[in-house]
Amino acid sequence: MIGAEILSIIQNIVSVALVASGLVFVLAGAVGVLRLPDFYTRLHAAGVTDTLGAELVLIGLAVQAGFTLLAAKILLVGLFLFLTSPTSTHAIADAAHKAGLEPILKRFHPQPPGGKDK
Amino acid sequence: MVYGLGLIGALALIWWVLSGHTEPLILGFGAFSILFSAGLAWRMIGGVDREVSPYLRAPRMLPYWSWLGGEIFKANVAVLKLALKPDIDLTPRLIRVKMTPKTDLGRTVFANSITLTPGTVSMDLEENEILVHALDASLADPHAFEDMGERAANAADAGENA
Repeated sequence: MIGAEILSIIQNIVSVALVASGLVFVLAGAVGVLRLPDFYTRLHAAGVTDTLGAELVLIGLAVQAGFTLLAAKILLVGLFLFLTSPTSTHAIADAAHKAGLEPILKRFHPQPPGGKDK
Repeated sequence: MVYGLGLIGALALIWWVLSGHTEPLILGFGAFSILFSAGLAWRMIGGVDREVSPYLRAPRMLPYWSWLGGEIFKANVAVLKLALKPDIDLTPRLIRVKMTPKTDLGRTVFANSITLTPGTVSMDLEENEILVHALDASLADPHAFEDMGERAANAADAGENA
């Protein structure tokens, strides 16, 4: 009885840790989208949310569900996301490239406002 | 024929995981929809080949995927460091990467792997090269791409002629 309780506490801790770290990656990806200079570089930041962020949240939810059919469904969602998100990212990048949007290829190094060397 | 059975097996597995039913009537509906989907795939492509049904390669793909998972994690951390530093300093690059895999499946796996690793996005596929946009010059290492291309070719191309 005690063993089962400890196991369920461990399960909760692992699941919350996975979901929380996934959310950190999603948040960081969103901040990156706001900070980076042009379309293509922002695409990279958005990719962080797609891959590690979403997968960590899904794995955390699967741990929460335990060894059930529900966990298998969640992992299936993760697998489909793993296979389809690069395809859509490539489609967007390819469309922008074909439409003639030129990427910035210069060094991007803005001075912080109010910096010393300004 | 083997590929067709692989497709039916994979569809059946997905159907059961998603429904979870075991009543004969529902199972019958499931069997019907699986055969219907396999038939549609057959008619659309004119036969089921390894691209419609790559499931039998799963044992080969699994080590590649776990390696790719590690790469994705490392690249994610690198991109976040670049994007969240208070002092942003990056030099985006367009580079051309040699297309190592020969078959269409291998080429897709390689291009998707490049896009999945944050910091690099495949922009255009040409006959022998991929045009890749990299967030920073430090992420555009040609040797890392060659290594990934060879691994993708090993996982998806092995035992096939283009």
